[in-house]
Amino acid sequence: MSRLNGPIPFRGGGFAPKDSAPAATATLIGIILLWQAGASAGVIPTLFLPPPIAIARALWALTISGELWNHLSASLMRLTVGWITGTVFGIGMGLAIGLWSALRSPGMAVVSALFPIPKIALVPLFIIWFGIGEGSKLATLSFGVFFPTVIATAGGVDNVPRGLIRMGQSFGLSHWSIIRKIVLPAALPAILSGFRVTTSIAIVLLVAAEMIGAERGIGAFVLSAGNLYDTDNLLAGIVVLSVLGLLVSWVIGRLERFFLGWRA
Amino acid sequence: MPANRTGLRLTVQNVSHRYGGLQVLQTISLTAEPGEVTVLVGPSGCGKSTLLGIMGGMLAPTEGSVTCAGDTPDNCLNPLTYVFQDFSLLPWRSVAGNVALVLEDRLSRADTATRVADVLALTGLTDFAKAWPRQLSGGMRQRVGIARALAVRPACLLLDEPLSALDAQTRDLLLDEFSAIITAAGTTTIYVTHNLAEAVRLGHQIVVLSRRPGEIRDIIRVDRPLPGRSPTDPDLIALEQRLWRMIRDDAATAERERIDVTP
Repeated sequence: MSRLNGPIPFRGGGFAPKDSAPAATATLIGIILLWQAGASAGVIPTLFLPPPIAIARALWALTISGELWNHLSASLMRLTVGWITGTVFGIGMGLAIGLWSALRSPGMAVVSALFPIPKIALVPLFIIWFGIGEGSKLATLSFGVFFPTVIATAGGVDNVPRGLIRMGQSFGLSHWSIIRKIVLPAALPAILSGFRVTTSIAIVLLVAAEMIGAERGIGAFVLSAGNLYDTDNLLAGIVVLSVLGLLVSWVIGRLERFFLGWRA
Repeated sequence: MPANRTGLRLTVQNVSHRYGGLQVLQTISLTAEPGEVTVLVGPSGCGKSTLLGIMGGMLAPTEGSVTCAGDTPDNCLNPLTYVFQDFSLLPWRSVAGNVALVLEDRLSRADTATRVADVLALTGLTDFAKAWPRQLSGGMRQRVGIARALAVRPACLLLDEPLSALDAQTRDLLLDEFSAIITAAGTTTIYVTHNLAEAVRLGHQIVVLSRRPGEIRDIIRVDRPLPGRSPTDPDLIALEQRLWRMIRDDAATAERERIDVTP
């Protein structure tokens, strides 16, 4: 037996991490400053890794000349069309798998068999099928976006509380009303989480597809700069891709805030 | 008796139900009269909610049938309407949106807005029309469930332990409101509960089920108007005690069975 005497120690803290935008910004700025300082001091060989100022100059020159927009517009078009196509078909297929027994097992069998294939490996096949032009690039993006979207959507539909669906049925709502007003909104958090994954995949596949047989596009630009040992422009292209990823992530964040505001 | 007996007569004939090899209900026959409240009581697992599901058309009985007859109210959109124990509100819709859900696609926008406003006023929710369900207490959420059910002008209300998720004080307050709302609506009501105090406060007839497989042990009539039934009424207290004596042994056995099957 032991005897207790004294104030009770607090044990309930921690496990509650908080976001800090200033900390995130300061970290990025700190890395850039360190990078610049290392390059200026000669610690970092600028031939292999140009300093941030050189990359900024290259970016400025690309912007002024219009070359950046020439490549970026082509990439944005492919990204938008490819992602939307894969997403629309992916959501449709995910809903079908999640809602109808007849499609569930066959659909999941096909998805499970094709999802693990690295989509980059299919680019040569798509070039044979769709030609070296836009078709093969858009097919690569759409295919890569399609499968994760199917999985996210089907998972979201599976997790819709069945009580809500029964409620809809008990009030005599039509099948279509239940899908539109109960299933889709309830699955939306999972679908939007899927968007975060599929946009990243789309950017990776975009660059890969543009590196194989494209004259315009950020991927083609980066590959061309690399072939010429033009590391300033090479890293300028990579910075553009990074900013593109951040922008897409920001847009999805706004979408989540708009559509999922009820969760706050 | 209710002021206006406009509801349906529900007739349950020889209903039995099995889940796989588990017999849950055994040869149930009863009649829920128009405008009356029929309360189903019994020990846990006796098949009360299953019977309610069968009566509302949400479950197909293994044997037997349920029929309904009678007039529906004007502009009735869903004759047999449930109120759920867990409220079943859509968290992404406001209070008004949850009520409107069951009216959209069936009424014009103006008529939907009018009906929503009417039932929110009836259930004391007008000031909460724009609130999210997560911002409401359990009692207020169940009010939304009631408002949604009344919005379709049902001929029969089916309530599955609607107060069991609430604390005792809220339950007592809502019980009085239920009594007034059901009386005013005049609909046939089937009310499932394990709470015997609720049963004697609301029931015109109380159907006592045995433990699984649920059979009708007794049907007790309470010929006393709903409004004004008091929890301190000696007759109702005596009836509650009588009901408890009827189901106590079954409840204890059912509880042991529940413990036995728990891994």
